[in-house]
Amino acid sequence: MSDLEKFRAEVRTWLDENCPVEMRDGDITAEGQCWGGRQWEFQSEVQKIWFERALTKGYTVPTWPKEYGGAGLSGEEAKILDEERQAINARKPLSNFGISMLGPALLAYGTHEQKQQHLTGIARGEIRWCQGYSEPGAGSDLASLKAKCEDKGDHWLINGQKIWTSNADISDWIFCLVRTDFDAPKHQGITFILIDMASEGISVKPIVLISGHSPFCETFFDNVKVPKSYGEGNASVVGEINRGWDVAKNLLVHERGMLGTMSPLRGTTGPENLGKFAAEQIGLDAAGRLDDPALRQSIAQAELDNWAYNLTVERLTDEANAGNGLGAKSSMLKYAASELTKRGTELRMDIEGTTAATIGDDGIEYGSLANNWLYNRAYSILGGTTEVQFNIISKRVLGLPSQ
Amino acid sequence: MPLLLNEEQEMLQDAANGFLTEKAPVAAFRKVRDNKPADGFCRELWLEMAQMGWAGIIVDEEHGGSGFGYVGAGVLAEQMGRNLTASPFFATSVLGATAIQKYGTKKQKDNNLAAISSGEMLFALAVDEGPRHNPARIKFLAKAAGNGFVLSGTKTFVIDGHVADKLIIAARTSGAEGDILGITLFLVDADAPDIMREHTPMVDSRNAANISVDGLEVTGDDILGELGGGYGALEGILSAGRAVLSAEMSGSAQQVFEVTTDYLKEREQFGQKIGSFQGLQHRAAHLATEIEMMKSAVLKSLKDLDQDFENAGMTCSLAKAKTGQIAQLATKEAIQMHGGIGVTDEYDVGLYFKRVHVAQQMFGDAGFHSDRWAKNSGF
Ligand SMILES: Cc1cc2nc3c(=O)[nH]c(=O)nc-3n(C[C@H](O)[C@H](O)[C@H](O)COP(=O)(O)OP(=O)(O)OC[C@H]3O[C@@H](n4cnc5c(N)ncnc54)[C@H](O)[C@@H]3O)c2cc1C
Ligand SMILES: Cc1cc2nc3c(=O)[nH]c(=O)nc-3n(C[C@H](O)[C@H](O)[C@H](O)COP(=O)(O)OP(=O)(O)OC[C@H]3O[C@@H](n4cnc5c(N)ncnc54)[C@H](O)[C@@H]3O)c2cc1C
Repeated sequence: MSDLEKFRAEVRTWLDENCPVEMRDGDITAEGQCWGGRQWEFQSEVQKIWFERALTKGYTVPTWPKEYGGAGLSGEEAKILDEERQAINARKPLSNFGISMLGPALLAYGTHEQKQQHLTGIARGEIRWCQGYSEPGAGSDLASLKAKCEDKGDHWLINGQKIWTSNADISDWIFCLVRTDFDAPKHQGITFILIDMASEGISVKPIVLISGHSPFCETFFDNVKVPKSYGEGNASVVGEINRGWDVAKNLLVHERGMLGTMSPLRGTTGPENLGKFAAEQIGLDAAGRLDDPALRQSIAQAELDNWAYNLTVERLTDEANAGNGLGAKSSMLKYAASELTKRGTELRMDIEGTTAATIGDDGIEYGSLANNWLYNRAYSILGGTTEVQFNIISKRVLGLPSQ
Repeated sequence: MPLLLNEEQEMLQDAANGFLTEKAPVAAFRKVRDNKPADGFCRELWLEMAQMGWAGIIVDEEHGGSGFGYVGAGVLAEQMGRNLTASPFFATSVLGATAIQKYGTKKQKDNNLAAISSGEMLFALAVDEGPRHNPARIKFLAKAAGNGFVLSGTKTFVIDGHVADKLIIAARTSGAEGDILGITLFLVDADAPDIMREHTPMVDSRNAANISVDGLEVTGDDILGELGGGYGALEGILSAGRAVLSAEMSGSAQQVFEVTTDYLKEREQFGQKIGSFQGLQHRAAHLATEIEMMKSAVLKSLKDLDQDFENAGMTCSLAKAKTGQIAQLATKEAIQMHGGIGVTDEYDVGLYFKRVHVAQQMFGDAGFHSDRWAKNSGF
């Protein structure tokens, strides 16, 4: 048996012995996840047990070094763990922005002390992070951001506004892009800074979306004092001052990778596939075909596209693990995943027709199909719009010239 | 197992790329197209390919093949798609070899596989009887007579039918047109006097033939696979064909896309490279993404054929559906993005457009395969 096969066998046994059956329901909705953080309350005792068992193995962040709470797995081993976890339909023990975004950036740019504090806090589910990138005037053109950060000797002073901050109201810390030099070219005056959301002067205001209430907020910084350092070797700034764009970009690649590898049709429709669901709802004609030929064709096409997409995630991950790296191809996955995700709920809305479009007196219920369908419009906007991904693919993958 | 080529397969890819760009590039295809040799391809070149083990690429080593399996066949087909190589590879080494190796008796294997591998014997598969692929709609009759059968009927679009030494004919031994049961495959000599073959070159200069048979007497020994249960074998052969054709189309699509992006970086209008116009960039980015999807589907279908041949049918349909659409999009966009020169014969992009169109029609287009997928999934 090769080392990897041995590892697979071990993982399988470990999962079998440690993952509670209740956590094997394949739930990948936001509601079903364990998010962690100071305000976190486990939804059930088994969710807590599953989290704690994974934590002792380092499996909340399998690829991170052991000293920061991970299991130190290689890419190939992590893929095996993921495959085996999915094979029994187990939920992830912990998911959040700290794991998928800040962690990888800190691994690349953080000092040992920064990693010690922040990575460990993420791995243990103690600190929940939010992302302070976008501003009202800086969306796709993120580098034009204006939140002002002044050097006041022993601390930084921050004034400005962020928008679209997911879960700002329930997060403990924020990783933030701020402007430290207003005279330099726009990419060269940005700094990446870590801020405690409990700091005086920070206030948040939730945003209501077309889907109803949402976890997105406007975040205001009014004379917020941020310490220069959280301890020896543990600055609040990650990377160099005015060089935060490097860190920001590194993080965005991981964000796209994360957004690009979620399983679109599954995520929005549950494990049942669309065609089967449609057959139950609509019925079949005498020849055994869905009694709605145009819808049948659209569903078949979406399922095939979804399948090809899943295979592409697999192939590109294998390519990345083999050392060629995913690089800007993460933009392709992000684009494909977000468009498929939208199509998945659009089709489901079509299948359920007027039933799904009926919301009742209490408005759009959280977690309902209509809620998902509406919310999914955001997938091709957040994390960089589809058009922005196209720009990146044109430039970085295809090498097409700029105007 | 990773969804990637292994080292050996990568070496095969490099070798194929080197050989074909030197010996059988698009210029060589143009010669065949313009000179119209009766065979429709170059025999010497085919023997050279056979010597490298390509003719017997899926044939096991005990029968003189190189045992590379379907991933190997796909690797070759992809390079042929890139170079528009004219050869009997598809009909003989994929369809013929699959039919004999997977469904032949020991005697049929002994009589045919070595001759396929050496490049001496050419095969053709005769399935369709109308302009659109439909393997169940078989009227071609095999009437029981004495100890054997008498074959009569017509077949259309038989790839390499005009040069084949052997024909595999899907005939009806019972049931009605459209029934899956009652189809039987026969392996017959193509030069029998009761067989009429009419060469029908396609728009991409691919070789095909219409075949009509009038009272050909055959025996039970000429049956390939099961009497009346030939549809299963036919599906297996078609699946292999679909996956390898998809690999060919994938090669054509990738090649034409690379040529197009190069052109976008070169051509100037309005004082700048046309590749700097966002109207073109976004279409190229979309296409590049779809090409990645297509490549994954193709590789998976080939791997499935190697690992679990009997159950690979749906992945092969996925590959054929996806490549049919994407390769067509790639060739259409190639012409459009080349502007006026894109519709000239001198530029190669139009040749790819034609090649992909025919490959797409062969063994089911995207609509056929998404219908098949839906049926198989119970809706
Ligand atoms: C639900 C949701 C959650 C989010 N969560 C977060 C978060 O947690 N933290 C955070 O920092 N941000 C978050 N965002 C913000 C998100 O990253 C931005 O919305 C996104 O980058 C687009 O910016 P914008 O909304 O200002 O649109 P704009 O940039 O104004 O874009 C408007 C339109 O113009 C197009 N466009 C813009 N520039 C170009 C160009 N160069 N070429 C072609 N077309 C172009 C866009 O594609 C779009 O169609 C979230 C957004 C949403 C909707
Ligand atoms: C069959 C045929 C008959 C013709 N007949 C005549 C005739 O009788 N008389 C005559 O004078 N001409 C004729 N033409 C020429 C025709 O008008 C040109 O081919 C056409 O204007 C495109 O120019 P081009 O071929 O140089 O392509 P290009 O201009 O080089 O275009 C290449 C690609 O770049 C795209 N592109 C170019 N600029 C931009 C931009 N700013 N933004 C986005 N995309 C851009 C184009 O859409 C195209 O996809 C004919 C052409 C053909 C094919």
